[in-house]
Amino acid sequence: MLQEHAKIVQFISLANEVNGRKKMQKMVYILKKMNFPFAEKYELHMYGPYSEELTLRVEELCEMGFLAERFEDKGSYKQYCYQVTDEGSKFLATAEAPKEQLPKCIERLNEKSSRFLELVSTLLFFDQLDKEDQIAKVRIVKNKLNFTDQEMDQAFAFIEEMQVSSVS
Amino acid sequence: MAYQNEKLPEEKVFKDPVHRYIHVRDRVIWDLVNTREFQRLRRIRQLGTTYLVFHGAEHSRFQHSLGVYEIVRRILDDGFSGREEWDEEQRLVALCAALLHDLGHGPFSHAFEKVFNLDHEQFTQQILLEQTEVHEVLHRVSPDFPQKVADVIDKTYPDKLVVSLISSQIDADRMDYLQRDAYYTGVSYGHFDMERILRVMRPTEEQVVIKHSGMHAVEDYIMSRYQMYWQVYFHPVSRSAEVILIKILHRAKHLFETGYAFKQEPLHFVSFFAQEFKLKEYIALDEGVLLTYFQLWMEENDTILADLCDRFVNRRLFQYAEFDPAVQYMKFGELITLFKEAGLDPEYYLVTDSSSDLPYDFYRPGEENERVPIYLQLENGDLRELSRMSDVVEAISGKRRTDHKIYYPEDLLIDGNPLHKKILELLRG
Repeated sequence: MLQEHAKIVQFISLANEVNGRKKMQKMVYILKKMNFPFAEKYELHMYGPYSEELTLRVEELCEMGFLAERFEDKGSYKQYCYQVTDEGSKFLATAEAPKEQLPKCIERLNEKSSRFLELVSTLLFFDQLDKEDQIAKVRIVKNKLNFTDQEMDQAFAFIEEMQVSSVS
Repeated sequence: MAYQNEKLPEEKVFKDPVHRYIHVRDRVIWDLVNTREFQRLRRIRQLGTTYLVFHGAEHSRFQHSLGVYEIVRRILDDGFSGREEWDEEQRLVALCAALLHDLGHGPFSHAFEKVFNLDHEQFTQQILLEQTEVHEVLHRVSPDFPQKVADVIDKTYPDKLVVSLISSQIDADRMDYLQRDAYYTGVSYGHFDMERILRVMRPTEEQVVIKHSGMHAVEDYIMSRYQMYWQVYFHPVSRSAEVILIKILHRAKHLFETGYAFKQEPLHFVSFFAQEFKLKEYIALDEGVLLTYFQLWMEENDTILADLCDRFVNRRLFQYAEFDPAVQYMKFGELITLFKEAGLDPEYYLVTDSSSDLPYDFYRPGEENERVPIYLQLENGDLRELSRMSDVVEAISGKRRTDHKIYYPEDLLIDGNPLHKKILELLRG
Protein backbone atom coordinates (compact mmCIF):
# COMPACT_ATOMS: atom_id res chain seq x y z
CA MET A 1 0.00 0.00 0.00
CA LEU A 2 1.45 3.34 -1.10
CA GLN A 3 4.89 1.74 -1.22
CA GLU A 4 6.02 4.09 -3.96
CA HIS A 5 4.92 7.07 -1.87
CA ALA A 6 6.79 5.68 1.12
CA LYS A 7 10.00 5.40 -0.93
CA ILE A 8 9.85 9.10 -1.77
CA VAL A 9 9.31 10.03 1.88
CA GLN A 10 12.23 7.78 2.79
CA PHE A 11 14.40 9.42 0.13
CA ILE A 12 13.69 12.93 1.46
CA SER A 13 14.12 11.78 5.03
CA LEU A 14 17.57 10.39 4.20
CA ALA A 15 18.47 13.61 2.41
CA ASN A 16 17.15 15.59 5.40
CA GLU A 17 16.06 18.30 2.96
CA VAL A 18 15.93 18.61 -0.83
CA ASN A 19 16.21 22.12 -2.22
CA GLY A 20 14.51 22.51 -5.55
CA ARG A 21 12.06 20.47 -7.58
CA LYS A 22 14.51 20.17 -10.41
CA LYS A 23 17.16 18.82 -8.06
CA MET A 24 14.74 16.26 -6.64
CA GLN A 25 13.73 15.12 -10.14
CA LYS A 26 17.35 14.59 -11.15
CA MET A 27 18.37 12.92 -7.86
CA VAL A 28 15.60 10.34 -8.07
CA TYR A 29 16.36 9.70 -11.74
CA ILE A 30 20.06 9.11 -11.05
CA LEU A 31 19.22 6.78 -8.15
CA LYS A 32 16.82 4.90 -10.40
CA LYS A 33 19.56 4.51 -13.00
CA MET A 34 21.78 3.13 -10.21
CA ASN A 35 19.15 0.40 -9.75
CA PHE A 36 17.55 1.72 -6.59
CA PRO A 37 13.93 0.63 -6.86
CA PHE A 38 12.06 3.82 -7.71
CA ALA A 39 9.06 3.20 -9.95
CA GLU A 40 8.51 6.68 -11.38
CA LYS A 41 8.50 6.80 -15.14
CA TYR A 42 10.72 9.43 -16.76
CA GLU A 43 10.68 11.15 -20.12
CA LEU A 44 13.15 13.54 -21.63
CA HIS A 45 12.00 17.14 -21.45
CA MET A 46 13.79 20.27 -22.49
CA TYR A 47 15.46 20.39 -19.07
CA GLY A 48 16.50 16.75 -18.89
CA PRO A 49 14.76 13.65 -17.56
CA TYR A 50 11.48 14.57 -15.91
CA SER A 51 8.79 12.47 -14.25
CA GLU A 52 5.24 13.74 -14.08
CA GLU A 53 4.52 10.77 -11.78
CA LEU A 54 7.10 12.03 -9.31
CA THR A 55 5.70 15.56 -9.44
CA LEU A 56 2.20 14.25 -8.75
CA ARG A 57 3.40 11.91 -6.02
CA VAL A 58 5.17 14.73 -4.21
CA GLU A 59 2.04 16.88 -4.51
CA GLU A 60 0.02 14.05 -3.00
CA LEU A 61 2.50 13.63 -0.15
CA CYS A 62 2.32 17.36 0.61
CA GLU A 63 -1.46 17.18 0.63
CA MET A 64 -1.37 14.15 2.94
CA GLY A 65 0.81 16.16 5.30
CA PHE A 66 3.76 13.75 5.05
CA LEU A 67 5.99 16.30 3.32
CA ALA A 68 6.35 20.01 4.00
CA GLU A 69 6.95 22.29 1.04
CA ARG A 70 8.62 25.65 1.50
CA PHE A 71 8.91 28.32 -1.20
CA GLU A 72 12.14 30.27 -1.34
CA ASP A 73 12.65 33.40 -3.40
CA LYS A 74 16.38 33.69 -3.97
CA GLY A 75 16.14 36.84 -6.06
CA SER A 76 17.55 35.60 -9.34
CA TYR A 77 15.69 32.32 -9.00
CA LYS A 78 12.92 30.68 -6.99
CA GLN A 79 12.75 27.18 -5.62
CA TYR A 80 10.65 24.81 -3.55
CA CYS A 81 12.27 22.95 -0.65
CA TYR A 82 11.01 19.69 0.83
CA GLN A 83 11.29 18.11 4.27
CA VAL A 84 9.55 15.19 5.98
CA THR A 85 6.98 16.17 8.63
CA ASP A 86 6.39 14.38 11.95
CA GLU A 87 3.41 12.60 10.39
CA GLY A 88 5.60 11.64 7.47
CA SER A 89 8.14 10.14 9.86
CA LYS A 90 5.41 7.96 11.37
CA PHE A 91 4.25 6.94 7.88
CA LEU A 92 7.85 5.92 7.12
CA ALA A 93 7.37 2.94 9.41
CA THR A 94 5.33 1.36 6.58
CA ALA A 95 8.30 1.55 4.19
CA GLU A 96 10.62 -1.34 3.53
CA ALA A 97 14.19 -0.84 4.77
CA PRO A 98 16.33 0.83 2.09
CA LYS A 99 19.37 -0.76 0.49
CA GLU A 100 22.32 -0.02 2.75
CA GLN A 101 24.08 1.98 0.01
CA LEU A 102 21.18 4.41 -0.43
CA PRO A 103 22.00 6.96 2.32
CA LYS A 104 25.57 7.48 1.09
CA CYS A 105 24.46 7.89 -2.53
CA ILE A 106 21.78 10.40 -1.53
CA GLU A 107 24.30 12.35 0.51
CA ARG A 108 26.68 12.58 -2.45
CA LEU A 109 23.90 13.64 -4.81
CA ASN A 110 22.61 16.26 -2.43
CA GLU A 111 26.04 17.90 -2.29
CA LYS A 112 25.93 18.61 -6.02
CA SER A 113 24.36 21.58 -7.78
CA SER A 114 21.19 21.11 -9.79
CA ARG A 115 23.09 22.19 -12.95
CA PHE A 116 25.57 19.37 -12.42
CA LEU A 117 22.82 16.86 -11.68
CA GLU A 118 21.02 17.99 -14.82
CA LEU A 119 24.13 17.16 -16.81
CA VAL A 120 24.64 13.79 -15.10
CA SER A 121 21.02 12.73 -15.47
CA THR A 122 20.90 13.75 -19.13
CA LEU A 123 24.08 11.79 -19.86
CA LEU A 124 22.51 8.80 -18.10
CA PHE A 125 19.38 9.17 -20.21
CA PHE A 126 21.56 8.38 -23.22
CA ASP A 127 23.62 5.67 -21.56
CA GLN A 128 22.77 3.15 -24.26
CA LEU A 129 25.01 5.19 -26.59
CA ASP A 130 28.79 5.28 -26.58
CA LYS A 131 30.49 8.13 -24.75
CA GLU A 132 31.00 10.40 -27.77
CA ASP A 133 27.38 10.09 -28.86
CA GLN A 134 26.20 10.69 -25.30
CA ILE A 135 28.13 13.95 -25.24
CA ALA A 136 26.85 14.91 -28.69
CA LYS A 137 23.24 14.35 -27.59
CA VAL A 138 23.71 16.43 -24.46
CA ARG A 139 25.22 19.25 -26.50
CA ILE A 140 22.14 19.22 -28.74
CA VAL A 141 19.46 19.12 -26.04
CA LYS A 142 21.38 21.39 -23.65
CA ASN A 143 22.82 23.77 -26.21
CA LYS A 144 22.11 26.83 -24.08
CA LEU A 145 23.84 25.54 -20.95
CA ASN A 146 27.25 25.37 -22.66
CA PHE A 147 28.69 22.58 -20.57
CA THR A 148 32.49 22.62 -20.66
CA ASP A 149 34.70 19.61 -21.39
CA GLN A 150 35.78 19.74 -17.76
CA GLU A 151 32.18 19.47 -16.57
CA MET A 152 31.65 16.53 -18.91
CA ASP A 153 34.69 14.77 -17.45
CA GLN A 154 33.50 15.47 -13.92
CA ALA A 155 30.05 14.13 -14.77
CA PHE A 156 31.43 10.87 -16.16
CA ALA A 157 33.69 10.49 -13.13
CA PHE A 158 30.72 11.06 -10.85
CA ILE A 159 28.66 8.44 -12.71
CA GLU A 160 31.46 5.94 -12.18
CA GLU A 161 31.66 6.85 -8.51
CA MET A 162 27.91 6.38 -8.12
CA GLN A 163 28.00 3.04 -9.90
CA VAL A 164 30.60 1.84 -7.42
CA SER A 165 28.90 3.36 -4.36
CA SER A 166 25.52 1.88 -5.25
CA VAL A 167 26.80 -1.69 -5.00
CA SER A 168 29.61 -1.59 -2.45
CA MET B 1 11.30 13.15 -58.79
CA ALA B 2 13.05 12.31 -55.53
CA TYR B 3 11.03 10.02 -53.30
CA GLN B 4 10.90 12.62 -50.50
CA ASN B 5 9.17 15.13 -52.80
CA GLU B 6 6.96 12.67 -54.64
CA LYS B 7 3.25 13.49 -54.61
CA LEU B 8 0.42 11.05 -55.21
CA PRO B 9 -1.31 11.50 -58.57
CA GLU B 10 -4.51 12.25 -56.66
CA GLU B 11 -4.92 13.39 -53.09
CA LYS B 12 -6.08 10.61 -50.76
CA VAL B 13 -8.50 11.43 -47.99
CA PHE B 14 -9.55 9.56 -44.86
CA LYS B 15 -12.99 10.42 -43.57
CA ASP B 16 -12.59 11.36 -39.95
CA PRO B 17 -15.24 12.26 -37.38
CA VAL B 18 -13.01 14.80 -35.61
CA HIS B 19 -11.24 16.60 -38.47
CA ARG B 20 -13.81 15.72 -41.18
CA TYR B 21 -11.08 14.79 -43.66
CA ILE B 22 -7.44 13.82 -43.32
CA HIS B 23 -5.54 14.78 -46.45
CA VAL B 24 -2.55 12.89 -47.83
CA ARG B 25 -0.61 14.06 -50.89
CA ASP B 26 2.90 12.92 -49.94
CA ARG B 27 3.88 9.47 -51.23
CA VAL B 28 6.03 8.86 -48.13
CA ILE B 29 3.08 9.40 -45.78
CA TRP B 30 0.85 7.13 -47.84
CA ASP B 31 3.49 4.39 -47.85
CA LEU B 32 3.97 4.69 -44.08
CA VAL B 33 0.24 4.33 -43.43
CA ASN B 34 0.30 1.08 -45.39
CA THR B 35 3.09 -0.55 -43.40
CA ARG B 36 2.26 -3.49 -41.13
CA GLU B 37 3.57 -1.68 -38.04
CA PHE B 38 1.27 1.29 -38.60
CA GLN B 39 -1.72 -0.92 -39.46
CA ARG B 40 -1.14 -2.71 -36.14
CA LEU B 41 -2.29 0.46 -34.39
CA ARG B 42 -5.83 -0.29 -35.59
CA ARG B 43 -5.81 -3.14 -33.05
CA ILE B 44 -4.82 -1.03 -30.06
CA ARG B 45 -7.42 1.15 -28.42
CA GLN B 46 -6.53 4.72 -27.67
CA LEU B 47 -8.09 4.66 -24.21
CA GLY B 48 -7.34 1.15 -22.97
CA THR B 49 -10.02 0.02 -20.53
CA THR B 50 -12.19 3.15 -20.82
CA TYR B 51 -14.57 1.36 -23.22
CA LEU B 52 -15.86 -0.56 -20.20
CA VAL B 53 -17.27 2.73 -18.87
CA PHE B 54 -17.89 4.85 -21.96
CA HIS B 55 -18.99 2.26 -24.49
CA GLY B 56 -18.17 4.49 -27.44
CA ALA B 57 -14.49 4.63 -26.54
CA GLU B 58 -13.45 1.90 -28.97
CA HIS B 59 -11.32 4.22 -31.08
CA SER B 60 -7.80 3.16 -31.93
CA ARG B 61 -4.32 4.60 -31.90
CA PHE B 62 -4.46 4.36 -35.71
CA GLN B 63 -7.14 7.05 -35.84
CA HIS B 64 -5.34 9.22 -33.32
CA SER B 65 -2.03 8.97 -35.19
CA LEU B 66 -3.69 10.08 -38.43
CA GLY B 67 -5.33 12.92 -36.49
CA VAL B 68 -2.01 14.18 -35.12
CA TYR B 69 -0.55 14.03 -38.62
CA GLU B 70 -3.47 16.07 -39.99
CA ILE B 71 -3.14 18.76 -37.31
CA VAL B 72 0.60 19.15 -37.96
CA ARG B 73 -0.06 19.23 -41.70
CA ARG B 74 -2.53 22.08 -41.23
CA ILE B 75 -0.17 23.98 -38.93
CA LEU B 76 2.63 23.72 -41.48
CA ASP B 77 0.79 24.08 -44.79
CA ASP B 78 -1.82 26.62 -43.71
CA GLY B 79 -0.02 28.44 -40.88
CA PHE B 80 3.77 28.31 -41.00
CA SER B 81 4.39 28.02 -44.72
CA GLY B 82 6.13 31.15 -46.00
CA ARG B 83 7.04 32.49 -42.56
CA GLU B 84 10.73 33.22 -42.19
CA GLU B 85 10.96 31.46 -38.81
CA TRP B 86 9.90 28.18 -40.42
CA ASP B 87 12.35 26.05 -42.39
CA GLU B 88 10.37 24.33 -45.15
CA GLU B 89 13.06 21.61 -45.28
CA GLN B 90 11.67 20.32 -41.97
CA ARG B 91 8.17 19.67 -43.30
CA LEU B 92 8.51 15.97 -44.10
CA VAL B 93 10.35 15.02 -40.92
CA ALA B 94 7.69 16.83 -38.87
CA LEU B 95 4.84 15.07 -40.68
CA CYS B 96 6.45 11.64 -40.34
CA ALA B 97 7.16 12.16 -36.63
CA ALA B 98 3.55 13.26 -36.07
CA LEU B 99 2.21 10.19 -37.85
CA LEU B 100 4.57 7.74 -36.13
CA HIS B 101 4.87 9.19 -32.61
CA ASP B 102 2.76 6.42 -30.98
CA LEU B 103 4.05 3.50 -33.03
CA GLY B 104 5.52 1.67 -30.03
CA HIS B 105 2.36 1.53 -27.94
CA GLY B 106 1.43 -1.96 -26.87
CA PRO B 107 -1.92 -3.50 -25.95
CA PHE B 108 -3.52 -1.79 -22.93
CA SER B 109 -0.32 0.16 -22.96
CA HIS B 110 -0.27 1.66 -19.49
CA ALA B 111 -1.00 -1.58 -17.63
CA PHE B 112 1.25 -3.70 -19.81
CA GLU B 113 4.21 -1.35 -19.45
CA LYS B 114 3.74 -1.20 -15.70
CA VAL B 115 3.76 -4.96 -15.20
CA PHE B 116 6.63 -5.73 -17.55
CA ASN B 117 8.60 -2.56 -16.81
CA LEU B 118 8.58 -1.41 -20.44
CA ASP B 119 8.60 1.92 -22.17
CA HIS B 120 6.62 2.32 -25.38
CA GLU B 121 8.91 5.16 -26.48
CA GLN B 122 11.80 2.73 -26.68
CA PHE B 123 9.75 0.47 -28.94
CA THR B 124 8.87 3.44 -31.13
CA GLN B 125 12.60 4.06 -31.53
CA GLN B 126 13.26 0.42 -32.32
CA ILE B 127 10.50 0.22 -34.92
CA LEU B 128 11.90 3.33 -36.61
CA LEU B 129 15.52 2.22 -36.54
CA GLU B 130 15.48 -1.57 -36.90
CA GLN B 131 14.44 -3.85 -39.75
CA THR B 132 10.76 -3.03 -40.18
CA GLU B 133 8.57 -1.88 -43.04
CA VAL B 134 8.40 1.57 -41.49
CA HIS B 135 12.19 1.75 -41.42
CA GLU B 136 12.34 0.66 -45.05
CA VAL B 137 10.05 3.51 -46.15
CA LEU B 138 11.93 6.12 -44.12
CA HIS B 139 15.27 4.83 -45.38
CA ARG B 140 14.13 5.35 -48.98
CA VAL B 141 13.91 9.07 -48.22
CA SER B 142 17.57 9.07 -47.16
CA PRO B 143 19.79 6.82 -45.04
CA ASP B 144 19.79 9.29 -42.14
CA PHE B 145 16.06 10.00 -42.30
CA PRO B 146 14.90 7.22 -39.89
CA GLN B 147 17.28 8.64 -37.25
CA LYS B 148 15.96 12.17 -37.84
CA VAL B 149 12.36 11.06 -37.29
CA ALA B 150 13.45 9.09 -34.22
CA ASP B 151 15.23 12.15 -32.84
CA VAL B 152 12.13 14.33 -33.20
CA ILE B 153 10.05 11.79 -31.28
CA ASP B 154 12.87 11.33 -28.76
CA LYS B 155 13.00 15.15 -28.34
CA THR B 156 16.69 15.29 -29.25
CA TYR B 157 16.30 16.81 -32.70
CA PRO B 158 18.31 20.03 -33.10
CA ASP B 159 15.32 22.00 -34.44
CA LYS B 160 13.30 22.40 -31.25
CA LEU B 161 10.43 24.05 -33.06
CA VAL B 162 9.77 20.75 -34.86
CA VAL B 163 9.89 18.86 -31.54
CA SER B 164 7.44 21.29 -29.94
CA LEU B 165 4.82 20.63 -32.64
CA ILE B 166 4.52 17.05 -31.39
CA SER B 167 5.65 17.34 -27.82
CA SER B 168 4.95 20.43 -25.75
CA GLN B 169 2.18 21.62 -23.49
CA ILE B 170 0.14 22.70 -26.50
CA ASP B 171 0.92 20.21 -29.22
CA ALA B 172 -0.83 18.34 -31.97
CA ASP B 173 -0.85 15.14 -29.91
CA ARG B 174 -2.91 16.64 -27.09
CA MET B 175 -5.14 18.65 -29.40
CA ASP B 176 -6.11 15.49 -31.24
CA TYR B 177 -6.60 13.14 -28.31
CA LEU B 178 -8.70 15.57 -26.28
CA GLN B 179 -11.15 16.12 -29.11
CA ARG B 180 -11.13 12.50 -30.25
CA ASP B 181 -11.59 11.10 -26.75
CA ALA B 182 -14.41 13.57 -26.10
CA TYR B 183 -16.11 12.58 -29.37
CA TYR B 184 -15.91 8.84 -28.78
CA THR B 185 -16.74 8.87 -25.10
CA GLY B 186 -19.66 11.17 -25.82
CA VAL B 187 -18.86 13.61 -23.03
CA SER B 188 -19.40 17.31 -23.50
CA TYR B 189 -15.97 18.24 -22.13
CA GLY B 190 -12.85 18.22 -24.26
CA HIS B 191 -14.11 20.60 -26.90
CA PHE B 192 -12.22 23.75 -27.74
CA ASP B 193 -11.73 25.97 -30.74
CA MET B 194 -8.80 24.26 -32.43
CA GLU B 195 -9.22 26.23 -35.66
CA ARG B 196 -8.66 29.40 -33.67
CA ILE B 197 -5.60 27.97 -31.92
CA LEU B 198 -4.10 26.91 -35.24
CA ARG B 199 -4.61 30.44 -36.58
CA VAL B 200 -2.79 32.05 -33.65
CA MET B 201 0.15 29.64 -33.44
CA ARG B 202 3.43 31.33 -34.29
CA PRO B 203 6.79 29.68 -34.97
CA THR B 204 9.83 30.87 -33.03
CA GLU B 205 13.36 29.49 -32.92
CA GLU B 206 12.72 27.39 -29.81
CA GLN B 207 9.04 26.48 -29.89
CA VAL B 208 5.53 27.26 -31.02
CA VAL B 209 4.04 30.26 -29.19
CA ILE B 210 0.53 31.71 -29.20
CA LYS B 211 -0.42 35.17 -30.36
CA HIS B 212 -1.79 37.03 -27.35
CA SER B 213 -5.22 37.55 -28.93
CA GLY B 214 -5.67 33.76 -28.90
CA MET B 215 -5.43 33.46 -25.13
CA HIS B 216 -9.09 32.61 -24.57
CA ALA B 217 -9.00 29.74 -27.04
CA VAL B 218 -5.99 28.36 -25.16
CA GLU B 219 -7.80 28.79 -21.83
CA ASP B 220 -10.56 26.60 -23.22
CA TYR B 221 -8.01 23.98 -24.25
CA ILE B 222 -6.43 23.98 -20.77
CA MET B 223 -9.87 23.67 -19.16
CA SER B 224 -10.73 20.74 -21.39
CA ARG B 225 -7.53 18.95 -20.33
CA TYR B 226 -8.47 19.43 -16.70
CA GLN B 227 -12.04 18.25 -17.13
CA MET B 228 -11.19 15.28 -19.32
CA TYR B 229 -8.70 14.05 -16.74
CA TRP B 230 -11.18 13.95 -13.90
CA GLN B 231 -14.25 12.97 -15.91
CA VAL B 232 -12.80 10.41 -18.33
CA TYR B 233 -9.15 9.45 -17.88
CA PHE B 234 -9.30 9.03 -14.12
CA HIS B 235 -12.83 7.64 -14.00
CA PRO B 236 -12.93 5.25 -11.00
CA VAL B 237 -14.68 2.45 -12.88
CA SER B 238 -12.17 2.57 -15.69
CA ARG B 239 -9.43 2.52 -13.06
CA SER B 240 -11.10 -0.55 -11.53
CA ALA B 241 -10.84 -2.35 -14.88
CA GLU B 242 -7.20 -1.38 -15.17
CA VAL B 243 -6.49 -2.56 -11.62
CA ILE B 244 -7.90 -5.99 -12.55
CA LEU B 245 -5.99 -6.05 -15.82
CA ILE B 246 -2.71 -5.35 -14.00
CA LYS B 247 -3.49 -8.07 -11.47
CA ILE B 248 -4.24 -10.60 -14.24
CA LEU B 249 -0.84 -9.97 -15.79
CA HIS B 250 0.88 -10.10 -12.40
CA ARG B 251 -0.86 -13.39 -11.57
CA ALA B 252 -0.02 -15.00 -14.91
CA LYS B 253 3.61 -13.90 -14.52
CA HIS B 254 3.74 -15.26 -10.98
CA LEU B 255 2.26 -18.60 -12.06
CA PHE B 256 4.74 -18.89 -14.89
CA GLU B 257 7.66 -18.13 -12.56
CA THR B 258 6.50 -20.73 -10.04
CA GLY B 259 6.17 -23.49 -12.63
CA TYR B 260 2.37 -23.63 -12.83
CA ALA B 261 1.14 -25.85 -15.66
CA PHE B 262 -1.17 -23.70 -17.76
CA LYS B 263 -3.94 -25.55 -19.59
CA GLN B 264 -3.30 -23.13 -22.41
CA GLU B 265 0.41 -22.41 -22.75
CA PRO B 266 0.83 -18.58 -22.77
CA LEU B 267 3.09 -18.64 -25.81
CA HIS B 268 2.74 -14.94 -26.60
CA PHE B 269 3.77 -13.98 -23.07
CA VAL B 270 6.61 -16.36 -22.29
CA SER B 271 9.39 -14.06 -23.49
CA PHE B 272 7.85 -11.15 -21.56
CA PHE B 273 7.60 -13.18 -18.36
CA ALA B 274 11.28 -14.03 -18.82
CA GLN B 275 12.11 -10.41 -19.75
CA GLU B 276 13.88 -11.62 -22.90
CA PHE B 277 11.67 -10.59 -25.77
CA LYS B 278 12.41 -9.42 -29.29
CA LEU B 279 10.83 -6.56 -31.19
CA LYS B 280 9.03 -9.04 -33.44
CA GLU B 281 7.32 -10.59 -30.40
CA TYR B 282 6.28 -7.18 -29.12
CA ILE B 283 4.80 -6.21 -32.47
CA ALA B 284 2.88 -9.50 -32.56
CA LEU B 285 0.91 -8.49 -29.48
CA ASP B 286 -2.32 -6.58 -29.74
CA GLU B 287 -5.47 -6.28 -27.66
CA GLY B 288 -7.16 -9.12 -29.52
CA VAL B 289 -4.36 -11.46 -28.44
CA LEU B 290 -4.63 -10.40 -24.80
CA LEU B 291 -8.40 -10.71 -24.70
CA THR B 292 -8.21 -14.17 -26.28
CA TYR B 293 -5.89 -15.32 -23.50
CA PHE B 294 -8.19 -13.81 -20.88
CA GLN B 295 -11.06 -15.85 -22.33
CA LEU B 296 -8.97 -19.03 -22.21
CA TRP B 297 -7.62 -18.35 -18.72
CA MET B 298 -11.17 -18.18 -17.37
CA GLU B 299 -10.99 -21.99 -17.55
CA GLU B 300 -7.68 -22.29 -15.70
CA ASN B 301 -7.41 -24.30 -12.48
CA ASP B 302 -5.84 -21.39 -10.68
CA THR B 303 -8.88 -19.79 -9.11
CA ILE B 304 -7.36 -16.33 -8.79
CA LEU B 305 -6.36 -16.10 -12.46
CA ALA B 306 -9.68 -17.57 -13.59
CA ASP B 307 -11.67 -15.21 -11.38
CA LEU B 308 -9.76 -12.08 -12.40
CA CYS B 309 -10.13 -12.94 -16.10
CA ASP B 310 -13.84 -13.55 -15.66
CA ARG B 311 -14.13 -10.18 -13.94
CA PHE B 312 -12.41 -8.40 -16.79
CA VAL B 313 -14.14 -10.18 -19.66
CA ASN B 314 -17.61 -10.06 -18.14
CA ARG B 315 -17.17 -6.69 -16.49
CA ARG B 316 -17.57 -7.82 -12.89
CA LEU B 317 -15.30 -5.06 -11.71
CA PHE B 318 -14.06 -4.23 -8.23
CA GLN B 319 -15.99 -1.79 -6.10
CA TYR B 320 -14.16 1.24 -4.79
CA ALA B 321 -14.12 3.32 -1.64
CA GLU B 322 -12.62 6.72 -1.00
CA PHE B 323 -9.36 6.49 0.90
CA ASP B 324 -7.54 9.25 2.73
CA PRO B 325 -4.00 7.98 3.30
CA ALA B 326 -3.21 10.86 5.66
CA VAL B 327 -5.52 9.46 8.31
CA GLN B 328 -6.32 5.95 7.14
CA TYR B 329 -3.01 4.37 6.21
CA MET B 330 -2.89 2.43 9.48
CA LYS B 331 -6.20 0.75 8.74
CA PHE B 332 -4.77 -0.77 5.59
CA GLY B 333 -2.65 -3.16 7.64
CA GLU B 334 -5.78 -4.26 9.48
CA LEU B 335 -7.57 -4.85 6.19
CA ILE B 336 -4.73 -7.01 4.90
CA THR B 337 -5.04 -9.23 7.98
CA LEU B 338 -8.82 -9.49 7.63
CA PHE B 339 -8.61 -10.29 3.92
CA LYS B 340 -6.19 -13.12 4.65
CA GLU B 341 -8.55 -14.43 7.35
CA ALA B 342 -11.37 -14.35 4.80
CA GLY B 343 -9.32 -16.37 2.30
CA LEU B 344 -8.89 -13.47 -0.12
CA ASP B 345 -5.33 -12.84 -1.22
CA PRO B 346 -4.84 -9.10 -0.57
CA GLU B 347 -2.09 -9.03 -3.18
CA TYR B 348 -4.82 -9.42 -5.81
CA TYR B 349 -8.05 -8.37 -4.09
CA LEU B 350 -7.14 -5.28 -2.10
CA VAL B 351 -5.61 -2.52 -4.17
CA THR B 352 -4.96 1.18 -3.63
CA ASP B 353 -4.88 3.56 -6.56
CA SER B 354 -3.73 7.18 -6.57
CA SER B 355 -3.99 9.96 -9.11
CA SER B 356 -0.21 9.78 -9.47
CA ASP B 357 -0.63 6.25 -10.85
CA LEU B 358 -2.11 7.75 -14.00
CA PRO B 359 -0.17 10.90 -14.76
CA TYR B 360 -2.14 12.53 -17.54
CA ASP B 361 -0.56 15.90 -17.25
CA PHE B 362 -2.13 19.11 -16.12
CA TYR B 363 -0.82 22.39 -17.36
CA ARG B 364 2.30 23.39 -15.45
CA PRO B 365 3.68 26.92 -15.70
CA GLY B 366 7.26 25.68 -15.67
CA GLU B 367 8.44 27.01 -12.35
CA GLU B 368 12.03 25.96 -11.74
CA ASN B 369 12.23 25.03 -15.42
CA GLU B 370 10.58 21.67 -14.88
CA ARG B 371 8.65 21.89 -18.12
CA VAL B 372 8.50 24.31 -21.01
CA PRO B 373 5.34 26.37 -20.47
CA ILE B 374 2.95 27.85 -23.01
CA TYR B 375 4.05 31.34 -24.01
CA LEU B 376 1.84 34.14 -25.29
CA GLN B 377 3.44 36.49 -27.78
CA LEU B 378 2.61 40.13 -27.12
CA GLU B 379 2.30 42.74 -29.86
CA ASN B 380 5.84 43.98 -29.20
CA GLY B 381 7.16 40.44 -29.63
CA ASP B 382 7.78 39.80 -25.91
CA LEU B 383 6.78 36.41 -24.51
CA ARG B 384 4.72 35.91 -21.33
CA GLU B 385 3.98 32.61 -19.63
CA LEU B 386 0.28 31.80 -19.97
CA SER B 387 -0.75 31.61 -16.30
CA ARG B 388 0.70 35.10 -15.68
CA MET B 389 -1.78 36.53 -18.16
CA SER B 390 -4.79 34.30 -17.60
CA ASP B 391 -6.67 34.14 -14.29
CA VAL B 392 -8.48 31.01 -15.45
CA VAL B 393 -5.26 29.11 -16.13
CA GLU B 394 -3.63 30.42 -12.99
CA ALA B 395 -6.57 29.10 -10.94
CA ILE B 396 -6.27 25.62 -12.45
CA SER B 397 -2.50 25.31 -12.48
CA GLY B 398 -2.22 26.49 -8.89
CA LYS B 399 -4.88 24.13 -7.62
CA ARG B 400 -3.69 20.75 -6.47
CA ARG B 401 -6.32 18.09 -6.37
CA THR B 402 -5.42 14.51 -5.65
CA ASP B 403 -7.42 11.34 -5.33
CA HIS B 404 -6.94 7.95 -3.66
CA LYS B 405 -9.19 4.92 -3.69
CA ILE B 406 -9.24 1.35 -2.44
CA TYR B 407 -10.53 -1.32 -4.82
CA TYR B 408 -12.00 -4.61 -3.60
CA PRO B 409 -14.41 -7.39 -4.72
CA GLU B 410 -17.58 -6.30 -2.97
CA ASP B 411 -19.60 -9.16 -4.53
CA LEU B 412 -17.58 -11.66 -2.47
CA LEU B 413 -18.23 -9.79 0.77
CA ILE B 414 -21.97 -9.09 0.83
CA ASP B 415 -23.15 -12.52 2.02
CA GLY B 416 -23.74 -11.48 5.64
CA ASN B 417 -20.75 -13.43 6.98
CA PRO B 418 -19.64 -11.51 10.14
CA LEU B 419 -16.00 -11.35 9.01
CA HIS B 420 -17.05 -10.03 5.60
CA LYS B 421 -19.35 -7.55 7.29
CA LYS B 422 -16.49 -6.29 9.41
CA ILE B 423 -14.30 -5.86 6.31
CA LEU B 424 -17.02 -3.91 4.52
CA GLU B 425 -17.55 -1.64 7.51
CA LEU B 426 -13.86 -0.89 7.61
CA LEU B 427 -13.68 -0.30 3.85
CA ARG B 428 -16.66 2.01 3.79
CA GLY B 429 -15.36 3.99 6.74
